[in-house]
Amino acid sequence: MNAFFEDFGSLADGLGMTLLMLLAAGVGSIVVGALVAVARISPLRILRGAAFVYVQFFINVPLLALLILAVFALPAAGFILPIVPTAIIVLTTYESAYVAEALRSGVNTVPQGQIEAARALGLTFSQSLRLVIVPQAFRAVVQPLGNIMIALALNTSLTAVVGVVELTAHVNKVNLVYAQPVLFYTTGGLVYMGIALIIGLLAGRLERKLAIVR
Amino acid sequence: MKTRNTARAANSIVRIYDEPGPKTRRNMQIGSAVSMLALGALVIAGTAQFAAHGQLDPAKWAPFLSGAVWIYLGAGLLGTLQSAAVVAVLGGILGLFLAFGRMSRSKPIRWISSLYVEVARTVPVLLLIYLMLFGLPQLGINAPTLWKMAIPLTFTTSAVFAEILRAGITNLPSGQLEAALSLGLSRGQAMRFIILPQAARNVSPSLLTQFVSLLKDTTLGYIVAYTDLLYRAQLLTAYLNQLIPTYIVITLVYLAVSGSLTALATHLQKRLDRKPVPAVVPAVLPALEHSAR
Repeated sequence: MNAFFEDFGSLADGLGMTLLMLLAAGVGSIVVGALVAVARISPLRILRGAAFVYVQFFINVPLLALLILAVFALPAAGFILPIVPTAIIVLTTYESAYVAEALRSGVNTVPQGQIEAARALGLTFSQSLRLVIVPQAFRAVVQPLGNIMIALALNTSLTAVVGVVELTAHVNKVNLVYAQPVLFYTTGGLVYMGIALIIGLLAGRLERKLAIVR
Repeated sequence: MKTRNTARAANSIVRIYDEPGPKTRRNMQIGSAVSMLALGALVIAGTAQFAAHGQLDPAKWAPFLSGAVWIYLGAGLLGTLQSAAVVAVLGGILGLFLAFGRMSRSKPIRWISSLYVEVARTVPVLLLIYLMLFGLPQLGINAPTLWKMAIPLTFTTSAVFAEILRAGITNLPSGQLEAALSLGLSRGQAMRFIILPQAARNVSPSLLTQFVSLLKDTTLGYIVAYTDLLYRAQLLTAYLNQLIPTYIVITLVYLAVSGSLTALATHLQKRLDRKPVPAVVPAVLPALEHSAR
């Protein structure tokens, strides 16, 4: 019975790894995604084109195929990193494409009249961007970004397939020992649901904080 | 020539930017040159890295010129499309029921449907697949290979479809249902003939986008040993022992297949956005119609 609880405790290690990847790839994908979104709406055609290709590539290629490519194939071309950083990089690049799309459509929700009005009031480009466009766009992207972070939390489980020992891998391992599928898989599922719930609540709170009171 | 070029360039980004003056235009040219150099350097560095490890050796890529390899991978692509289609149909039907369940007048049905949707959207598919693979056989339940993947995927996809369909139904103007009921249609008839056709058309881009996401998720066939493209690729690497060419080729195949579906979804969305909004107030002057567009 003692060993049983010890193994149950090892689920906590798995949870730690899942949270580490979620945090690292979450922050990373928002930073990279913001850069890609800036490139996507920049006045330079070449940057717009490159950002378009980047977004389309990562939105249309399966994450699992990318993980396998990065972990098993790319070392043959000399791209060698430990497995956890590799997984975090793949998750970051993959989700950043979705973040970039969300940010871009956020900017598109700002009505043209707002931008024209800012210009008519004599605001410079950077002022209208800082004071008019970004605050309104940010409001519109909180919920989509929350959904992307929830998707990221669920997607971290795919790294179990290429050998990262995170929550799903731990659940699986512990179940193979104790053969209590209902207990362990339900526990694992509830933990993921808890993570998603927390992200959802945080996004909701942030959105209310930013809401316009008219 | 020059003015036309700048006018066109400015047109696509007119939403945020001022018309560039001579100074800005020069800065933009410098910026373009710098970014082109940076992107070019990135591509060259990547290619050099591959070349340095002999990954660009034509012999490594030669197998992909033979028809047999493509027939082998084609069977995998067929499996990918088949499993995605099965899940889309089942998930679509289940999703429709769930969408109605969430809008039902009976409280328990609303509650159960909401619970299902919330659970299915926040549990990783992989965990469910492991449950099918390793958990249920311990309890004496063993599903065929396709269903080990299709059941978990249907579970999660149906919840997303339900949310999309529900959004499509609730976003329709309420006057549509009221008009249908006042014409003497029953609730079921109104749903079938008035609400659902419009809702389905409005959410078709989202449904297609979700189908692309589903298509990507069928790579989980790799885990349950169902013959999908990724699983076939893995078997091929065991035979050819060419990891990089194989996985890059199938990545490009996925990109082509889901990329064309994504492009179709974007096209549908653009067409819906262009569709003139039904006028609430009847047009007063025919002459104004042009400017209203």
